[in-house]
Amino acid sequence: MSQHKSQKNNQKNSLFNRELIQQSLKEAWSKFHPRSQWQNPVMLLVSLGALLTSAAVVQEMLAGRAWGFTLQIALWLWFTAYFANFAEAVAEGRGKAQAESLRKMRSETMARRLKNGVESQVPASSLRKGDVVVCETGDVIPGDGEVSEGIASVDESAITGESAPVVRESGGDRSAVTGGTRVISDRILITITQDPGQSFLDQMIGLVEGASRQRTPNEIALNILLLTLTVVFVLAVVTLKAFAFYSEQASGLTGPSNVSVTVLVALLVCLIPTTIAALLSAIGISGMDRLLQRNVLATSGKAVEVAGDVDVLLLDKTGTITYGNRMASAFYPVAGIRTERLVEAALLASLADETPEGRSIVLLANQRYGLNLDKPAELDFVPFTAQTRMSGLGEIRKGAADAVMRYVQGLGGKIPSDLQNLVDGIARKGSTPLVVCDQQTILGLIELKDVVKTGIRERFEQLRRMGIRTIMITGDNPLTAAAIAAEAGVDDYLAEATPEAKLARIRAEQAAGHLVAMVGDGTNDAPALAQADVGVAMASGTQAAREAGNMVDLDSNPTKLIEVVEIGKQLLMTRGALTTFSIANDVAKYFAILPALFAGLYATQGQQGPLAALNLMGLATPQSAILSAVIFNALIIVFLIPLALKGVKYQPQGAVVVLRKNLFVYGLGGILAPFVGIKLIDLLLAVFHLV
Amino acid sequence: MAFSDWLQVALFILLLLAAVPILGEYMAQVYQGQKTFLSPVLGPLEMGVYAVAGVNPSDSGDWKKYTQGLLWFNALGFLFLLGLLLLQAFLPLNPQKLVPMELGVAVNTAMSFMTNTNWQAYSGESTLSYLSQMLGLGVQNFVSAATGMAVMVVLARGLAGKQIKTLGNFWVDLTRSVVYILLPLSLLLALALVSQGVVQSFSAYPSATTLEGAQQVVPLGPAASQIAIKQLGTNGGGFFGINSAHPFENPTPLSNFLQMLAILLIPAALTWTYGRLVGSLRQGIVLLAAMGVLAGSSLGLSLWAEFGSNPALGNLPFLEGKETRFGIVNSVIWSVSTTLASNGSVNAMHDSFSPLAGGLALFNMMLGEVVFGGVGAGLYGILMFVILTVFIAGLMVGRSPEYLGKKIEGAQIRMAALAVILPSAVVLLFTAMAVLLPVGLKGLNNAGPHGLSEILYAFTSMANNNGSAFGGLTVNTPFYTWLGALAMLIGRFGVILPVMVIAGQMAQKQAVPASGGTFPTDGGLFVILLVSVILIIGGLTFFPVLALGPLVEHGLMLQGKVF
Amino acid sequence: MNEFLIALRSLIALTLLTGVAYPLLVTGLGQLANAEAVQGSLIKRGEQVVGSRWLAQPFQQAGYFWPRPSAGDYATVASGASNKGPTSKDLLDKIKARKADLLKAHLLPADAFVPPELLMASGSGLDPELSPAAVQFQVPRVAHARGLQPQELAALIQSATKGPQLGLLGAPRVNVLELNMALLQLEQRKFSLKQGHQHESQQ
Repeated sequence: MSQHKSQKNNQKNSLFNRELIQQSLKEAWSKFHPRSQWQNPVMLLVSLGALLTSAAVVQEMLAGRAWGFTLQIALWLWFTAYFANFAEAVAEGRGKAQAESLRKMRSETMARRLKNGVESQVPASSLRKGDVVVCETGDVIPGDGEVSEGIASVDESAITGESAPVVRESGGDRSAVTGGTRVISDRILITITQDPGQSFLDQMIGLVEGASRQRTPNEIALNILLLTLTVVFVLAVVTLKAFAFYSEQASGLTGPSNVSVTVLVALLVCLIPTTIAALLSAIGISGMDRLLQRNVLATSGKAVEVAGDVDVLLLDKTGTITYGNRMASAFYPVAGIRTERLVEAALLASLADETPEGRSIVLLANQRYGLNLDKPAELDFVPFTAQTRMSGLGEIRKGAADAVMRYVQGLGGKIPSDLQNLVDGIARKGSTPLVVCDQQTILGLIELKDVVKTGIRERFEQLRRMGIRTIMITGDNPLTAAAIAAEAGVDDYLAEATPEAKLARIRAEQAAGHLVAMVGDGTNDAPALAQADVGVAMASGTQAAREAGNMVDLDSNPTKLIEVVEIGKQLLMTRGALTTFSIANDVAKYFAILPALFAGLYATQGQQGPLAALNLMGLATPQSAILSAVIFNALIIVFLIPLALKGVKYQPQGAVVVLRKNLFVYGLGGILAPFVGIKLIDLLLAVFHLV
Repeated sequence: MAFSDWLQVALFILLLLAAVPILGEYMAQVYQGQKTFLSPVLGPLEMGVYAVAGVNPSDSGDWKKYTQGLLWFNALGFLFLLGLLLLQAFLPLNPQKLVPMELGVAVNTAMSFMTNTNWQAYSGESTLSYLSQMLGLGVQNFVSAATGMAVMVVLARGLAGKQIKTLGNFWVDLTRSVVYILLPLSLLLALALVSQGVVQSFSAYPSATTLEGAQQVVPLGPAASQIAIKQLGTNGGGFFGINSAHPFENPTPLSNFLQMLAILLIPAALTWTYGRLVGSLRQGIVLLAAMGVLAGSSLGLSLWAEFGSNPALGNLPFLEGKETRFGIVNSVIWSVSTTLASNGSVNAMHDSFSPLAGGLALFNMMLGEVVFGGVGAGLYGILMFVILTVFIAGLMVGRSPEYLGKKIEGAQIRMAALAVILPSAVVLLFTAMAVLLPVGLKGLNNAGPHGLSEILYAFTSMANNNGSAFGGLTVNTPFYTWLGALAMLIGRFGVILPVMVIAGQMAQKQAVPASGGTFPTDGGLFVILLVSVILIIGGLTFFPVLALGPLVEHGLMLQGKVF
Repeated sequence: MNEFLIALRSLIALTLLTGVAYPLLVTGLGQLANAEAVQGSLIKRGEQVVGSRWLAQPFQQAGYFWPRPSAGDYATVASGASNKGPTSKDLLDKIKARKADLLKAHLLPADAFVPPELLMASGSGLDPELSPAAVQFQVPRVAHARGLQPQELAALIQSATKGPQLGLLGAPRVNVLELNMALLQLEQRKFSLKQGHQHESQQ
């Protein structure tokens, strides 16, 4: 975790640099192209308004009237549209920079393609699905694929940041390799599984670059809302001209109207939700980007959004809830056997056992009972096999209870009457019993304890507060599962889980209306990953699993799922918060612009009209009031770019608490901030005599 | 305000709230098809209607079939009423020998009553035969109200239903609304009104010779029966031209008090019914609370404004257009209740109210008639705002928004937005048109900002199906009758159709069980949010024009300026 | 098409129910319960109908109490209000004129108080009632015109004043037509009493 954090910070610093800004400033111009403007009708309207006021400047110049004010309005409207483009460009730039560094190493790669037994050097980018390539020590793997022959250790640090090499071998659950990683020993044949431009990385790059970025359902709904508000304001502003005309007549005002096209356009741009419209795509892109920073690749923006809605998490016990390894924690002799005898036998049986469990038994015997033995040279080590499910030394065996019992009975031994009780007792505690025997005599049991990760309980507590239910998936028997579930604080568990059972559970949860996220790696997880609303495949998993899920975690860290959910929530919250802020801003803008327009109505000599009372901010002149509102409206976009990219502050809390906080900050803040901002700009304008 | 004034306000609110659970519970029984304590009496009546209409009450259809029936029924109701108005001279029960209504006014009137608006471009006592009143207007008073209730019930079913296709039977909901709810309540109220002196007669207008020897015609008619349903059904079309200010419609403080209760009774109680229909009483109470907050604020502000004095008219109190027996307090409760509840009746002339109280009456309608609103219509209207609120709030808690466990998606936002902005768009566009055209300005009775308010009030009232009139505007010209008819049509079906679509869409959705991450829509925070969204949408849309109408007039009045 | 037929037949059924049966039932029950009110609460003087209890009459003679001004000139078909707004010059002029007339009729100085309800028209234009204060204001004029002592009218007004309904609703008010009828009765009583006196003394 801490490693990711520091990594993230580094990236942020390096990404928010001058180069990015310069690049984005340039990129922003090209977004004035009608095709990209059309994507965002609210901002299109701003550009049209800028165009219209620019025309008004020319007209005023030609007519020989004062044109300074109109020019300033026109310029700031252009800035407003430009800033929106800039926001999008920055978000894209950040994602692109990150993706680019991943892509770079691959584009330079040459692949050794094997065709009809003949090896030839081809560029990695020309590889097609089904091609077979050879990779030997030192070679960079040219594309995503499956190991079809051989075994090798692979350095995936380029993508995952994890320096320890991983083993990849044909068949089984460790056969998938990712383009851009490096073989550091042995030789493997790899069958390429993606056409060029189709790989996970390519998809992700496409998503952040915006080329293939599709609007998510939620974004579509929000866009409809924004468009609706825009229509309302267009109506309000257009009809205002008529009402102003009536009022000017009624109050006997003659001469040119205060309510010019320029002013109406300015009012319209201030009222329509430009802030959120300008930042909407940046928010979406940066959500993807934040995932990428955590080394998670998503196939679609929708997947990220759905992650925010997930309310059931299926978590694998091992590696997520408990440390992968079980540790010996106690010895239980059966009746009539001395503890020392059991410990000694257990120790002997484990001396040559290099598995973590084996080593923990040795350690326990050393520390708890001060027993130190060397391996007797005359005895042979009996390794663990899937058939016997036991290991040992000479005549001593240790192993799963049923396996050892069968072994002992086979030798004509007797099962002690208290054994079953002891076995059950250990299982109930969530531990795994190992039975130890010496020939046909059962000596007792070793308790292997599953160690629950520190802090995981609190994590689940947070999730519960967020309204997310956690279900632990384990191959353990129900007794063990229940005990670990209780210790870890998960809400539910699925014991003796088979792939079919997982799939059935997901379907049941979905039928009840829940949205389910799960992590998986094996091929047999693929159906469940496909069924889940959010399926995060481990990069270390099989290709089948990676294709079935809609995200890939390059770190293969099952705990990541929780972060994925948080990123999804943060994405939605940022959208909501900025929408609220944008709408709340309008109140102040009315109080800036309406008195500017109508203070002269029904005025008597030497006295302003009654609507001058609406000038709560005490803005200097009508022109400076309107200009201040327009400038505020433009600058607020720039100020909020960092927020859009970072997302609003997220803490795992209940919905009501979160809402109350966000409402206070973005709702109330949204009402008050522009009052202050517009007043300040107005003061500055007065100081610099700009109007 | 005197202590006795406060007491009347308190009594009104208390009695209204006390009635909510009783009537709400009863209506829930009615719409769930259960037996009620009135079933022994009314059951045969209900079955009789089905028999004549050829309805099989156990049929149930999808939203499209339901809407189809609703539209046919309303279209036929419109045509039938139009025919009556145009042909009344040749039909019975016309002792005053009144002539046929002019076409524009007749279309406007038929549209008005079919859409539950009850905008009146005519004066009843001098225009309408008894037959037109009872067989035409009276009937539409019942069925337009029942139509609104039926739509609300369908929406509730759609929101509560779990992946269902059928939403019920329009004819059953319509008939049960009339037979079990509107008819018995109307009968009770009509008799109470008769006891207070409201007329109910088929005689020709008798003539009197006054003490000073002048001739005075005493207008009569079957008024009590029609007034009862006009209030209960949030219709509001006056039997007499001057509506509930007329002593024959509303002779005593008690008759006034009962009618005020009747105006808000069903809209308020329907929130309770809604809670029952969606299986969570709190969901209904929250809506009642939001309505209560908005109504309470509006009432408080209006009372404050109206109990002031008018510097422009020699610091006199605002008594122009008010009746002695109601006083200021009952005139204001009435104006606030009717403009909120989409009831077009008036017991005092809103045109002569203080600018702020008149402006609040206007603003009440601009909120879209969702604070109590028309029977049924107010509730389905506020549910459109609920959908918008849930969407914004839901995003802020970091989840795709959901209401009653169902996801709110683009399709629903589109429909809800349509329902919310269509009436507002009509108000702004038609008012703008009227103030720019000589035909629009011709009917004005007041100059200055008040003139703008009058036109604005007219289109706000029509487009939101309220029917209340500021009064000063002459509205029987072709410009206002035809444009007004269009405004009322859009205001009614521009909301009903999106609502029906949403009902159909939501019914098919799966409900997500609530969790700690679900934003609760049944708590105080939601009330605040809903109120804010309603105010902000209404406020942002109409603030500029309100500034040029009532607000600037208030300022001018304080300066003592007249036009 | 099926829905169309059902719509037509439903409209017929509901029209019969709500447009025929319901108003007839109310009419019948109303006739039984309050026959006088449903026909307009007519007030008779002898056999002559002189008006309705609920409709104001345009009293102008100094010897009668005057009701509130009516924007529609007390027309009953159709009734109407001024619908003048709070910043209406027309309304201001009307108020000034009414005040001047009232001051003149009551022989009062220009700065005298006039109850505002006598300066402003009612909503219906047919408001049959006045507040006790507005009645009191007219007592000197009426008493003078009728040759009565103001005290004689006090009891009359007292008995004609209705308090808030149910002790709570509305403000105290006086029905002008009923008050004027009572005024005539009082005068008649006094007249016959006086005639009786004269008869006695002649004997």
